Amino acid sequence: MSECEKCEEMMQPFLDGALSTDEVAEAERHLERCSWCAKRYRFEERLRHYVRVAVSEPMSPELKEKLAALRTPLT
Amino acid sequence: MSESASTTSESRRIAEEARARVRFEEEALELSEQVYRVARRLAGSRDDAEDLVQQTYERAFRSWRQYTPGTNLRAWLLRILTNLNIDRGRRQQRTPQTTSIDEAGDYFLYNKLEASTQDGNADSDRVLERLSQDSIVDALAEVPHDFRDVIVLVDIGEFSYADAAQILDIPIGTVMSRLHRGRRILKKNLADKAVAA
Repeated sequence: MSECEKCEEMMQPFLDGALSTDEVAEAERHLERCSWCAKRYRFEERLRHYVRVAVSEPMSPELKEKLAALRTPLT
Repeated sequence: MSESASTTSESRRIAEEARARVRFEEEALELSEQVYRVARRLAGSRDDAEDLVQQTYERAFRSWRQYTPGTNLRAWLLRILTNLNIDRGRRQQRTPQTTSIDEAGDYFLYNKLEASTQDGNADSDRVLERLSQDSIVDALAEVPHDFRDVIVLVDIGEFSYADAAQILDIPIGTVMSRLHRGRRILKKNLADKAVAA
């Protein structure tokens, strides 16, 4: 497996914060040297943020009121 | 213990329980925006998501004693919500579960978008600008639900692998493999929409 292939395999767990300290160091060493991979890592990081923001929809005030009404009345 | 001492201790117990209940309900309500955000992407429509969240809070408030204080309340609420969603039969099955999934590599979307830019060397934001908000929402909705549930919990709800495993009652290894595959499917869907746009 080439270094770039290994780096691709580590990308998702890297961005999830699920790699060991040694693996993070290994990925970072490669990313410093390889602009091809670094560009793709940056893209994936931005993509996650972009997706999270794009699909976020605020709760309606009506639902908020309905939920508050479910509370046990204070006696 | 005298009768009056026992009555006093019973009233104290009732008062403490009432306080604990109020605290639980307040904490649960503070999380409602976050619970809704996840529910909206697990359910097929806004109405379904609203019903689901309302039923979740009804059930949570009824069974509040089952919650262990100090543990992850947001995960506890989401566990109720995903169970209710499964009980409802996930009504709208947008994607047949038997479709063979065209696996693309992790960099598939980037490579495809980059190749279609004029200079073939665009930065991340410029590449991402080619995806509309609607196309992202649709691309996620079209991911088969087993994969989508995990993506929604981890990428949208920002739950850990362990929390997602607990919420969905599946092994952590399954969370990781579904996440891996699900994200590839999502990127494939996004690439199709970006190119179609």
